[in-house]
Amino acid sequence: MYAIIVGAGKVGRNLARELIIKGHEVSLIESSRSCYLAIEEEFEHAAQYGDATELWVLERSGIQRADLVVAVTGDDEDNMLVCQVAKEKYLCDRIIARVNNPRNHDHFRLLGIQPAVSATDLILRLIEHEVPRYGLVHLLALEEERLEIIELEVSSDAPTVGERVSEIRLPEGALIISVLRDGSGFVPKPDTVIEAGDEVLLVLDPGLEEAITAYFAPDGQPSVP
Amino acid sequence: MFILIVGAGRVGSAVAKSALAAGHEVSVLDEDPLSHERLDAGQSKSWEDADGQFTVGTALETDALIQAGIERADVFIASTAGDNTNLIIAQIAQKRFGVEKAIVRVMDPARAGWYGEQGLHTISPTQHAIEMFERALQPELA
Repeated sequence: MYAIIVGAGKVGRNLARELIIKGHEVSLIESSRSCYLAIEEEFEHAAQYGDATELWVLERSGIQRADLVVAVTGDDEDNMLVCQVAKEKYLCDRIIARVNNPRNHDHFRLLGIQPAVSATDLILRLIEHEVPRYGLVHLLALEEERLEIIELEVSSDAPTVGERVSEIRLPEGALIISVLRDGSGFVPKPDTVIEAGDEVLLVLDPGLEEAITAYFAPDGQPSVP
Repeated sequence: MFILIVGAGRVGSAVAKSALAAGHEVSVLDEDPLSHERLDAGQSKSWEDADGQFTVGTALETDALIQAGIERADVFIASTAGDNTNLIIAQIAQKRFGVEKAIVRVMDPARAGWYGEQGLHTISPTQHAIEMFERALQPELA
């Protein structure tokens, strides 16, 4: 596979390294002269100096034959433009964009730039997961695949407390995949009884969060010890 | 007509002033509060007294665009200092807010050319400068 990576920051450099180790051909394009000189020692001919939002720079790096274009600069407009041009002008099959400001996510979607990955969002979710009594946490959301995994802490007044998993009638498109209790997780059996303070992981179709929350944390607030 | 101009540099502010003088409703959005001074410069009345609107914010902020009146804009002009910013926000104006006419300043002739083919109304000052230089050189080249 031939991959063009735009932006040689931490993400771009590490991704280039990974792909090269896996035997892929990589071009890593960087527009800052000092940064380029720093990466050139390591990446040699795979490192290229230039502003990848200039069409001739993309063409020089062989975008016409690229299988994958990844835009991971620190500027959302630049990432959107590189991906849009790669997809619509050079008909590149696969693009991946980095979203720096999560509030720009909608703009990426509007312009058809998918997948768009937001590191800030991912880190936020991991932190939410670590913070006790946070209520509902989105652990994973794959928009294209229409799949979500959420985590909920069961409150003491939840209608499901004391019920067996087999008795809980969840809406179609929702499934309990794991229960975390006393610091360790397990896959529930039909006769597992839900307790207040459990953290349940569910896989569900997008849009079901509110309905599901009513089953496990009806007042929207996590349980008070 | 209601005209929204994003980026009040030399070009944006001059176009804003002439559009206002021509009797249009004009709203200007710029991230730098100081750019307001360019709208007042050389005018007998302040920008607001002349019924101009000014909003501080960046064009990728949906809230700022809405505050500046994008939802009822007939014309959107993208004249910030960044080609890529201009190209992206003009598409947001058209696709998200349904603004009929979006005019985009793009310094790079190559990007202006391709996005022009995709249906954006692009203006490339660099391209114009190139043509004017070539025309000025014509007697010598002939």
